[in-house]
Order: sequence, then C-alpha cells, then structure tokens
Amino acid sequence: MSDLVGVDRFTPAERFVHRSVAVLMGVCLVTAAILYNGSIMLAIGHRHLVELVHVWCGLALPVPMLAGALSAAYRTDVRRLNRFTPSDWRWLRSRQRRDGTIAVGKFNAGQKLNAHLVAGSTLVLLGTGAVMYWTGLVRLSWRSGATFVHDWFALGLGLLVIGHIVYALKDPEARRGMREGRVSTRWARAEHGAWVDEIDDAGSGGFEARR
Amino acid sequence: MGERPRGELDGAPVGRRIVLGLLGLGAVGVVAGRSVQEGLSHLLAPVQLRDPTGLTSLVPLGNTWRYYSVTGAVAPRATSAYRLKVFGDVATPAMYSYADLAALPQASFTDTFQCVTGWHVPDVPWSGVRLADLLDLAGPTADAVGVRFRSFDGTYAVNMTLEQARADDVIVALSMYGEPVTHDHGGPVRIYSGSMYGYKSTKWLDEIEVTTNNLPGYWEDRGYPLDGIIGE
Repeated sequence: MSDLVGVDRFTPAERFVHRSVAVLMGVCLVTAAILYNGSIMLAIGHRHLVELVHVWCGLALPVPMLAGALSAAYRTDVRRLNRFTPSDWRWLRSRQRRDGTIAVGKFNAGQKLNAHLVAGSTLVLLGTGAVMYWTGLVRLSWRSGATFVHDWFALGLGLLVIGHIVYALKDPEARRGMREGRVSTRWARAEHGAWVDEIDDAGSGGFEARR
Repeated sequence: MGERPRGELDGAPVGRRIVLGLLGLGAVGVVAGRSVQEGLSHLLAPVQLRDPTGLTSLVPLGNTWRYYSVTGAVAPRATSAYRLKVFGDVATPAMYSYADLAALPQASFTDTFQCVTGWHVPDVPWSGVRLADLLDLAGPTADAVGVRFRSFDGTYAVNMTLEQARADDVIVALSMYGEPVTHDHGGPVRIYSGSMYGYKSTKWLDEIEVTTNNLPGYWEDRGYPLDGIIGE
C-alpha cells in the first residue's frame, strides 16, 4: 500500500456534522462570554439580542449531532467512541501513550473521553439553559441551582473545546482528516495502528487507489 | 510490541456512562446548587472583596453580580449633571438634582438582589430615598394606578403598580455597599425593589412617570411576568 493513497477517515456527512457543531459551539461560547463577563457585557450591551443568539444556537447544537445518525459511518464512529477496551484504560494511565506500544483504534481514549464529556455537558447546558430562559418552568431555588450548574459546566466545556483546538493545532494531519476526509497511511499507522490493522484485515476499500 | 484490542466495538460502554453521570451531576446541582453556592459564597466573600487581580470574577465562584445592559454602551452621567424627573398624573411634577435627592430622608437596609433567571447576591447594603416619599411629594391624581420608570440608556422602561411602588423596600437608590452607586450598577441613581425581581429595579434612572395604566416594560414585552414579585 502506498503512502500517497492514504486512508479514508471521515465521510462528508461526518465532516458536515463536525463543521456545524463547531460553528454553533463557537457562537455559544462567544455569546456566553459576553453574557457572563460584566466588562464585556457593558461594552457591548444589547443583552436581549445576544441572549437570543446564545439560546437558539444552544438549542440548535444537538440537531446536527442527531442528524448525523442518518449516516451509517457516523453511527459506527459513535459506537467506537462509546466503547472503552482494556487497552484504552492502559493508554490513559500510560506516560508513553504516544509511542505506539499500546494499540489505538480509530479513536484514542482521550478522544473518546472528550467526545462524551462534550456530549454530556452539552445536554446539561441545554437543560439548565432552558430552565433559566423559560423562567416559569421550575421554582426559584432550582433556577438558582440551574444557573450554578450552567456556569460551571460552561466553564468546563469551554476548557474542553480549547483543549480540543490546541491538540488539533499541534497535528496538521489530524486536521486534514477532518477537513478533507483522508489521512496519510504513515500518520494512521503511528496514531491509530489498530484501526489500520482492522482495515487491512477487512480488506475494505480504505486503501483502494483512487485513479 | 503492539497488541490488538479484541475489536474496538466490544469494549464497555463507558461513553454512555460518562454522559449519564454528567446528567446526574447536573440534576443534583440544579436541586442543591443554591445551598452549595451559599456555602461557597460565605467562604469566598472575604477573598473576593480583597482580590486586587480581579481574577475571581472570571470564575463563577460564589454569588457574583452579573451586569446587564439592553442597549449599546451607556454613557456615564456625572452626579453634578444628574436630574430625576417625576411627572405624569400628579398634582406637583418635580425635577430633582442629585443633591436634592441626597438632602431627603434616606432609608437604609440590607437585602438580596434576586434575578428572575436565578442568580442572586445576598446581603447587599442599600440606601436611598423611599419612592413612597417622592410620590407623596408629587401627589398622584385619583385615577393614577401605576408608576413607570425610564432609564437614561434611552430604551429601558418598566412599570410597578402604584401600590407596589409605595412599599417600604422600594427606593430610589443613591448608594450600595455604603458607596455611591457605580455606573456599572446603574448609578448615579437607580431603583431598588427588595420584594421584586431585578428587572423591576431600573438602572440609570432618568424619570418616574405616574400613569393611569400598567403597561408591560422592556423585559415583560419579552416574556417576563408583569407582576415581578419574587416567588417561591
């Protein structure tokens, strides 16, 4: 197999979901900063408009995630992200996790962890946000609790997203995988060896020469 | 060397457990968060009041103020240039300077600022002129039923019924925490109403109009209840 050919990593449907979620998440985080921070709020103002953008982008956030389920490739990747094998736990504990000794499938354990922390936090933010926005839904002390939870989960999610972007910035080939759908075989072997072996075993179209 | 996992799809569904765990944590937080926040607030208040870096304001530790503005940046108004107009269905309309207001009897008390969305700041020392006193001086006509507050931000307005406006804990506030009300908090002069949600406490107060109706104000047009009394 030639390194020029590369491996298919993400289908157009998956890349579309990623891009939509990225845009919505970005808008949510920027508007969140405006709504939360007093200095920014008082400089920009227009609270109701900022609030509307924040709320509707937040409500829209799960839509592409759910729409992705129409794609078989997306469903398979969601299943892969869900499942932790014993080597995933070893990978998380190991200091040499990047040296290729521990077999890594299509996603490493850190990516799996991140995906589910992001998904769970998004759901919590959605629920608490709804309670804060439609003030008639629950009693006042729960609205206070919802604000407390929303603040801390937003901070956590913001840090996860920043971490995600930092890792992406450090790895151009990983970015290419999400931008163009394909990665070099060399990169795939180094970062996701067990995934390449799996494709080899299946003899599937992953390595098929295109032209 | 490299070992093969037994197929990536055979592992334990840890991802799902993480999501369910976070949802559980969120639910506990909604129910117990107010008490937790109260505890944190007591522990942290001394630190936050003396924090010269301002870093603690970036983190949602304890009960912190949120500053709202519904227009663009609001131009600060100096106390020397400040005027409060009281007019409408009254016998004696009046125009008060900041010094006029400061010369009137001041009511001082400590009370919570409670936002309808849930955030609140307990134990805030407030001081100012009782709105009831200003209304007595103005003398509402027999058909007056409401009071409308307008902000010098040019956009914000909100109503109270005349009866609500006469409550002891509704003041034209000149000071908070023993200091003049800052611009960010709606100074030099704002309304504070202890029994009502924050959206009834107009910032950057410009005028008070006694009215024969009770029309919805800025946030009430956008879904908040006209009767802003703090509920259970």
